[in-house]
Amino acid sequence: MNCRSEALEVSVEGRQVDEAMLALLHTILLHRSTGKFHYKKEGTYSIGTVGTQDIDCDFIDFSFVRVSSDELDRAIRKAVGEFKDAMGNGMDGMGQISLEFYQKKKSRWPFSDECIPWEVWSIKVNVVNLANEQERQICREKVGEKLGEKVINIVEVINRHEYLPKMPTQSEVDNVFDTSLKDVQPYLYKITFQITDTLGSSVSTTMRRLIKDTLAL
Amino acid sequence: MMDSDLSPQDKKDLDKFIKFFALKTVQVIVQARLGEKVCTRSLSSPTGSDWFNLAIKDIPEVTHEAKKALSGQLPGIGRSMCVEISLKTSEGDSMELETWCLEMNEKCDKDIKVSYTVYNRLSLLLKSLLAITRVTPAYKLSRKQGHDYVILYRIYFGEVQLTGLGEGFQTVRVGVVGTPIGTITLSCAYRTNLAFMSTRQFERTAPIMGIIIDHFVERPFGNMGHMRPCNYRAPGEDEGAYNGVEDSQEVCTTSFSTSPPSQVRMSPLSKVDLCNMCNFRGGVHGEMGIPGKEGGVPQQVPVQPCHGAQAEHGRVSSCPPADHVPATPSKTLSRSIEVKGVSPCDVLETTFTRKVGAFVNKPGTQVTTASLDLPFAAFAPRAYDLEENDPMVQPPESPATSSPLQGSLHSQGSGESGGPAQDDFVMVDFKPAFSKDDLLPMDLGTFYREFQNPPQLASLTIDVSSQSMAEDLDSLPEKLAVYEKNIDEFDAFVDTLQ
Repeated sequence: MNCRSEALEVSVEGRQVDEAMLALLHTILLHRSTGKFHYKKEGTYSIGTVGTQDIDCDFIDFSFVRVSSDELDRAIRKAVGEFKDAMGNGMDGMGQISLEFYQKKKSRWPFSDECIPWEVWSIKVNVVNLANEQERQICREKVGEKLGEKVINIVEVINRHEYLPKMPTQSEVDNVFDTSLKDVQPYLYKITFQITDTLGSSVSTTMRRLIKDTLAL
Repeated sequence: MMDSDLSPQDKKDLDKFIKFFALKTVQVIVQARLGEKVCTRSLSSPTGSDWFNLAIKDIPEVTHEAKKALSGQLPGIGRSMCVEISLKTSEGDSMELETWCLEMNEKCDKDIKVSYTVYNRLSLLLKSLLAITRVTPAYKLSRKQGHDYVILYRIYFGEVQLTGLGEGFQTVRVGVVGTPIGTITLSCAYRTNLAFMSTRQFERTAPIMGIIIDHFVERPFGNMGHMRPCNYRAPGEDEGAYNGVEDSQEVCTTSFSTSPPSQVRMSPLSKVDLCNMCNFRGGVHGEMGIPGKEGGVPQQVPVQPCHGAQAEHGRVSSCPPADHVPATPSKTLSRSIEVKGVSPCDVLETTFTRKVGAFVNKPGTQVTTASLDLPFAAFAPRAYDLEENDPMVQPPESPATSSPLQGSLHSQGSGESGGPAQDDFVMVDFKPAFSKDDLLPMDLGTFYREFQNPPQLASLTIDVSSQSMAEDLDSLPEKLAVYEKNIDEFDAFVDTLQ
């Protein structure tokens, strides 16, 4: 089984990074979360109810829907916060945050359980610096429109109804779903990120080049 | 409709799923256009009444309208259920904004499991609908509805009508779900040309069904005819499920100017069959399945009476009203539909009174905007306001003498020590009343005169600067050589900064 990989790209201002990432990650997780499973006798189970919540962005002309789960929201915000810190404050830069859904495959001792991804969403972020308030206002609207397009892209992919893990038995539910939350049950996921600066090289190399160029004058 | 391979139970379940999916679709769309944020709670334990395992409230009026439109039929091939969203201004002009279509085509998926896979995919489709309803342009308009305009909805069954959306409308597909009897598709066609034109010369649209009004906003539109308000009422209110419109409503008195004229498309109402509401019984509420199998096979499902129209409102909490709406209202609104609410003040002369300053003896004067076309006209000299009386020009008299600064700059208007106002400057001895200091030889006046004409800094003289520049240039190669020799130290320093 091949892992399905989807890429999204957005260009935002520094202060919009948080909200843009939250909007996209929550939209994906809305579709990849179910109610809590309650297993009964005879191998049957029932599913809890997923509530939803409208969120208005402060720095972007955009609203999105997320799962009503404070625990899930905190986990996503923590990951996005770490990503934003790594991107730096107010600097131009590029980064990529990835949301990976995986299944655990039990392995025999001494090998550890294997994590097999089945869907990966990669969101590339370009952070731009804007000079004045007028540009920021235009950016608010443009980024809002772009995020709307990305939501439509996400929905389009989701509704292709491609591979989803089989519904697990009670003993295997932790291999497919994250059962640690009280109110909802997303598929097992992890969020990773990587950062690159705009120059694509280290700062010391640049300084060396600058000094050499000056001496050559 | 090839349902001969479908078991009776599967057929029954599928019909139920489609029916309740249609009802929930209408609820999601209408609630997304109410103008406020929607918030429902997740529940870890199923209640047995949340279709598709999603907490979607049921507004009774909306369910009633939907059932009326369906009138016992189900969306099927050639029979689409459509929810039309339009905007109506306080002047009576209206414009269709979008049409959501629930359709079915002939492409069947015979192998799909009805009671699990179809159900789950319909749940996924509803989640997608929740997401997409916040993305189309009508969402922002609906969040700002109020006295200037309201958002209306109309449900109809039959052929899809998109002519009212104007030229260049866009379509977004929410999703598809294959079933053994056909493929369900959900899509939205939305208007892109939101320029709103004056419609005085055009026939007004007939009142259309259903009003969505933020229940925190007064109802500004009167004479709605047979339109029904579809306010969501909090649980516990003892009202009938289908209250009629209050006909005796105040007409909105807010005047506003419209943008350049545009053509209003009249959307002909399709024939809505106003049959009696159908009663539905039974329904699959919880999700029961055998795990481990692909898709799962449902066990005996507890059948409960369907209370679609009377869902348990009590256990669903609502979020507080939105206290933040994205976008600057006037700019977005003017860009989108160019209908602005302008208060009467903007077109009338505004009268205001200049505020009296703290130290001003004379009372403020009244000016009108009509007479002023300067940005800071309040401070411009006027014929009726003599300069000598203007506190901004003539400072109020100090208790003792005029300010020393004034005395050192000009000879005129220097209080008791000043001479008459003349064109020529006259040297006047400056005698500040409080600056006498017997300890220092310099008095305050001398100090003021000297600090206003300080000598130039030695380092800023041309000769000095040119000398240092030459020296700097000569020493530059040496310095650079030293820096290059120590480049490793610099690199190490830079690394510590990262």
